Amino acid sequence: MNLLDRKLFRDLMRLKGQAFTIALVVGVGVASYITLRTAWRALGQSRAVYYENYRFADVFAPLKRAPNSVADRVADVPGVSNVYPRITKQILLPMEGLLTPARGELISLPTHGRAPLNDVLLKAGRLPEPGRGREVLVYEPFAEAHGLTPGETLPAILNGKRQDLMVVGLALSPEFVFAVDPGTIVVDDRRFGPLWMAEDGVAAAFQMEGAFNNLVLRLEPGANEDAVLNAVDGILKPHGGLGAVTREHQMSHLMLTGELQQIEMLVVFLPVVFLAVAAFLLNVVFSRLVTLQRSQIAIIKALGYRNRTIALHYLKMVCIIVSIGSVFGLALGAWMGNAMLDLYAQFFRLPMIRSRVDLPVSINAILASFIAAVLGVAIALRQAVELPPAEAMRPPSPARYHASVIERVPLIGRVAQTTMMVFREVWRRPVRTFLSSLGIAFAVGVVILGRFGEDAMQPIIEMEFGKKLREDITVSFADAVDDGSLSYIGSLPGVKQVEGLRQTPVRMRVGPRWRDTILIGIPGNSQLRRLYDVKAQPAHLPHTGVLVTSILAEVLGAEPGDLIEVELKEGDRSIRQLRVTGTVEESFGIQGYMQKHELHRILREGSASNAALLRVDSKHEVELHSRLTDIPSVQSIARKRTVLDKFEEQTRRTMKVVTLILTLFATAIAVAVVYNNARVSLSVRSRDLATLRVMGFTRGEISSILLGEQAVQVLLGIPVGMVFGNFGARALAEGQADPEQFRLPLMISQQTYAFAILVILVSAVLSALLVRRRSDSLDLVGVLKTRE
Amino acid sequence: MSESEEHGVVLAAHDVTKIYRMGDVDVHALRGVTVGLRRGELMVLLGPSGSGKSTLLNIMGGLDVPTEGRVMYMGRDITAASDRELTQFRRDHVGFVFQFYNLIPSLTARENVALVTEIADKPLDPRDALELVSLADRMDHFPSQLSGGEQQRVAIARAVAKQPDILLCDEPTGALDFKTGIKVLEVIDEVNRTLGTTTAIITHHAPLASMADRVVSLADGRVHQDQSNDTKIAPRELSW
Ligand SMILES: Nc1ncnc2c1ncn2[C@@H]1O[C@H](COP(=O)(O)OP(=O)(O)OP(=O)(O)O)[C@@H](O)[C@H]1O
Ligand SMILES: [Mg+2]
Repeated sequence: MNLLDRKLFRDLMRLKGQAFTIALVVGVGVASYITLRTAWRALGQSRAVYYENYRFADVFAPLKRAPNSVADRVADVPGVSNVYPRITKQILLPMEGLLTPARGELISLPTHGRAPLNDVLLKAGRLPEPGRGREVLVYEPFAEAHGLTPGETLPAILNGKRQDLMVVGLALSPEFVFAVDPGTIVVDDRRFGPLWMAEDGVAAAFQMEGAFNNLVLRLEPGANEDAVLNAVDGILKPHGGLGAVTREHQMSHLMLTGELQQIEMLVVFLPVVFLAVAAFLLNVVFSRLVTLQRSQIAIIKALGYRNRTIALHYLKMVCIIVSIGSVFGLALGAWMGNAMLDLYAQFFRLPMIRSRVDLPVSINAILASFIAAVLGVAIALRQAVELPPAEAMRPPSPARYHASVIERVPLIGRVAQTTMMVFREVWRRPVRTFLSSLGIAFAVGVVILGRFGEDAMQPIIEMEFGKKLREDITVSFADAVDDGSLSYIGSLPGVKQVEGLRQTPVRMRVGPRWRDTILIGIPGNSQLRRLYDVKAQPAHLPHTGVLVTSILAEVLGAEPGDLIEVELKEGDRSIRQLRVTGTVEESFGIQGYMQKHELHRILREGSASNAALLRVDSKHEVELHSRLTDIPSVQSIARKRTVLDKFEEQTRRTMKVVTLILTLFATAIAVAVVYNNARVSLSVRSRDLATLRVMGFTRGEISSILLGEQAVQVLLGIPVGMVFGNFGARALAEGQADPEQFRLPLMISQQTYAFAILVILVSAVLSALLVRRRSDSLDLVGVLKTRE
Repeated sequence: MSESEEHGVVLAAHDVTKIYRMGDVDVHALRGVTVGLRRGELMVLLGPSGSGKSTLLNIMGGLDVPTEGRVMYMGRDITAASDRELTQFRRDHVGFVFQFYNLIPSLTARENVALVTEIADKPLDPRDALELVSLADRMDHFPSQLSGGEQQRVAIARAVAKQPDILLCDEPTGALDFKTGIKVLEVIDEVNRTLGTTTAIITHHAPLASMADRVVSLADGRVHQDQSNDTKIAPRELSW
């Protein structure tokens, strides 16, 4: 081994605590980059391949009913490359073991051959054969949740008739990477799943022969989307078209895109934070090392070694630290990347293309950490290496101190000399103090980011499930029912209260801006549906006019008092001008509310409801559910409690992992910052401290001087970190999948702040204690004997 | 200059000035010094503290550059040499011994010596170099395990191990007691005699002058005296 390398190795051993903590931060930076990139790539690639191979549609157009010939007219629209008319129907699946029946979305498959668009991925069994109306493919996760295998039967209610379907195969589809139940916005594989049946079977069951109610299209590359959508809407309008939308509004695609966007945001943010912290710490440690070794550098130069050799010598040391960190980061990243994909596999139903950690990504990560490290030490090294050897041989002139501003504050000016030493030290290195505090602030912010999601869920749950939705059960109907049906439901056992809702699809327009959404009619004296304004005060339904969600108001640019154009998609499909009388605050979706009778008037209909809200006596629930299931027009039955539980479970499960990982990451930063700063400051001041000890100061007093400085930095960092956390949370909240569908409220609880502070304080104190052990065993004679 | 070469001058300073700028004050460390080191001689550089001895030696050894004037090595002007060339000059020709030893604390005695022999042309074996200073038995000790005198002897071994043409010693005994100091001087003297290494020793201790071939004394940045010593004595005969 070359002698300089031998020196390097020994120096490194002396610095092992510092080298290790810095390597840890580098490692976490590398790991977070690799993890996120791996996940991002795997997800993105899997999606692209899946979409391509199974021909995921570009445009989705639901409608009431149209003869098949209409599809040919859509195919002629310029820009459309492919159309596929199908039949989709909501059905009930009264599964054993479920109180409320599960919901199925029955989708037709071509009688011969594969579906030209949105094809199914057969996971087991075979495709349904034509002429056998009972054969279905079942969504694989749904089948798994119920232990269904091909060959078994599945109870279903088709068009009001109970019927046992025959499971012939299990399948997935690019349409249902997330099988989001349209009624409840949660993914619950036990309660919702698509089913596929040969077209003739679906048509027979629903009297849809020669017709379709769902059209999916693929566009030619470069097609003008808006023009196509307009043309399609025009053609489908007479057939009850509900408005064609692009992929961007397809629920599954939307959620997948949202996930990718979030990763994309983190993939930049997290590694940058960690590498910046690592660069800063390397700067602190190497500045000190180089200062300590000033005369060694000088002597090595005097002996005839070149500047480059010396610079390389220190760079090698940096590189070893970064390499250790990188190797650790690679391993951690590979492991976490896999773990993340495992987690995804539970939620994202798509054939995941698992690449091994790929080389370019790893190289990028490692390169970035090397660059950060070299930038971190460059200035210190340059100064040291360029110092003429004669100059370097002289001890550096004593550091200059100034009375800090704080000391001029009259009262504080009288504190003990030891406290004064702390302030002066902090004051003497404002940049280092600032950057250290910044590091701590990052750590605090990262912990907050890890936990805020859970916080944000809390008000959603309280608002949506606690205050707005007051029913126990929501029953929805395939077609609007009259009041007679409602009173029948009201007479069922256990029903304490029933209210009907009228919902109708509309297109709302203000000037050039428009959205397809729904208008919900609520009984004027509703007990079971409450609306709230921005200030969480109950919002009153106007006698005429509409309340819109604040998101919708924002999207349309509508203010209370403005008129909006509402194009009905039911009844005579006329266009009405309605006045916006106010906004309501909701987390999900864009919709408008009005008096139910007002909505009937606009629709030119008598009293009708598409949904019934029920308050029930839980004692009779079992019987009630089976009675409800038997009502032919019932399309779905949702228990609020079940939805809420699922919603909570779903968010908690992912959030726990995220919280844990980010908390560990933040701990790494906090430990590294405090430990390295304290070590460096011990090294810088060991002579002063030893002198104080010789003069009779106790170990405790000595370490309070040493660690006081760290405490100041940590305490300065914490409030800044809270602000960072807030900003980060805001960025994440705004990066949500679709800000129009779901808005995460920016809400950080006191517990989260407290938790973040606690994590950082504990890490800081533990690191400080490690350094205190060293300051306690300060070698008085040794320190005083050595020349700086 | 022709005169210098006649006398076998190896390393010379011509009218060298060094000004340190400390904020708005100029410190004139050297105010026009001309001095030459002749081949094989042992020169002692005397002068009170702050007179510019170290500054002069550092400049002549290529550790620093003069503000004005020239430094010549073997008739070659090294004043305008680049940092790189100066490094090469030190590497090839000069050995240094400093007042504070300046050993690398993380390397053993032998390794400290090897640090030099690794980059030298015709080095001694590190063990032989340590033998020369009677420290062969301590060669695997780290500097912190050696006394001041022993450390200084290691520093001398390190300086002579590459068989330099010139050995420059800045107060090699400054931090040592009398007996140890004598031991160190004996080593330097022996190297000068046996290897014929041109040597300069800085001291502000006048009696040392007796062991020199030539004594130059500086005062206030100028050469105060430059005379040969015909009655050279061995270091052990020095009185402190
Ligand atoms: N790097 C420097 N910056 C400023 N002034 C310097 C520097 N180096 C030396 N000096 C000044 O130059 C003058 C000569 O210093 P030098 O070190 O050469 O003296 P010296 O004769 O070696 O003294 P000593 O016997 O105390 O070692 C002194 O006044 C010193 O303060
Ligand atoms: Mg000196």
